[in-house]
Amino acid sequence: MSGHEITTDVVVIGAGPCGLFAAFELGLLDLKCHFIDILDRPGGQCAELYPEKPIYDIPGFPVVTGQQLTDNLMAQIAPFAPEFHFNRMVNSIDKQADGSFRLVTDADEVFHAKVVVIAAGGGSFQPKRPPVEGIEAYENKSVFYSVRRMDDFRDQDVVIVGGGDSALDWTLNLQPIVRSLTLVHRRDAFKAAPASVNKMRELVMEGKINFLQGQIGSLEGENGQLKHVHLATNAGDLSVPATRLLPFFGLTMKLGPVADWGLALNDNTVVVDTEKFETSVPGIFAIGDINAYPGKLKLILSGFHEAALMAQAAKKIIAPNERVVFQYTTSSTKLQKKLGVA
Amino acid sequence: MEIHVTDQAGETHTLEGLEGWRVMEVIRDWGLNIKAECGGALSCATCHVYVGAEWFDVVGAPSAEEEDMLDSVGDVRPNSRLSCQILMSDALDGLQLTLAASAAKD
Repeated sequence: MSGHEITTDVVVIGAGPCGLFAAFELGLLDLKCHFIDILDRPGGQCAELYPEKPIYDIPGFPVVTGQQLTDNLMAQIAPFAPEFHFNRMVNSIDKQADGSFRLVTDADEVFHAKVVVIAAGGGSFQPKRPPVEGIEAYENKSVFYSVRRMDDFRDQDVVIVGGGDSALDWTLNLQPIVRSLTLVHRRDAFKAAPASVNKMRELVMEGKINFLQGQIGSLEGENGQLKHVHLATNAGDLSVPATRLLPFFGLTMKLGPVADWGLALNDNTVVVDTEKFETSVPGIFAIGDINAYPGKLKLILSGFHEAALMAQAAKKIIAPNERVVFQYTTSSTKLQKKLGVA
Repeated sequence: MEIHVTDQAGETHTLEGLEGWRVMEVIRDWGLNIKAECGGALSCATCHVYVGAEWFDVVGAPSAEEEDMLDSVGDVRPNSRLSCQILMSDALDGLQLTLAASAAKD
């Protein structure tokens, strides 16, 4: 996708519930959206953290799960055909001479947009770094949080930490090509699919891999090249030869590059006004959990309100000479046509 | 009722708690270094605490679902709990906790 360029009215960063609803409000005003999200699917926290958990404070829904809410929002915005770019992060936003914005993703795509909406919740989901002193020095050399190229693990002494599907899947996938493999998990119970756990146990029985019940204590090596992992195990402290370490502790949210875009911030949130939800940079808006203003409540319903007001202000930027008449979806044939129901 | 919370820097804070509040909410409300990113939905483990030795029996052991979530931090101890799963009550007046490294904000 390198060199790919996309021009659109609005780029929405983050496809969580507030971002998704923004596409609805923008769509009613004939504005076209492209979404960029680091996850591989829509829903943000609702999809990643609590898809099955009930939410009780969405107006009109006595109870709805994170996944149901996401599915409903996707259905609601479908008439406006927003486009989604998943598994990507926006690295930079630069204002151009004509007032538009140029955004570059970590996949080297370039987006040109007249308006940018940051709806990034708690930031971007990143692999959780285990609390091990000095681990940063080994990252991307010996310590990896995902497997991009299996060849990087060929003939290596690999230690995998975790008890979920990622840990078990990579234990099974890497075992045939590594020099040695040790799976480390804090208990002898796994969240991963039972079939994977059974296969892992077979490999242990056959002596092809080791399983140790414990946690990482410290790392030993030099210049980013790992040599040993010291573990605190049930059987006492142990040292395991390791040239590669794969910790799989799930994801956590980090503000990430948003901090570098020249926006006024307040404790990891983006400062906005409460009329337009615009940031300190005109044309860049922030809605949902990522914004800050007096009285802010981090509720999905607050983000929906913010999306509606933001859309009005975005329209004035993109079509300054067009007269916008306020209309209701219940009574406006024009809006109903856009929704495909009239 | 009060709880005594030692932060990641080793400083102990005495916090006033209210009946029925989650201990995580008390700690967050007082502005200590707790990420608590899922907001108490038992969907992350960023409110991880160690319960003081003399309090662990009073607080009790984690549920199976909480144990699953504890798999996502690398500094679990026998007295680990997620503070969003502990409700303030008279029985916990004087509770002593230590914030885990894995509960810290970035």
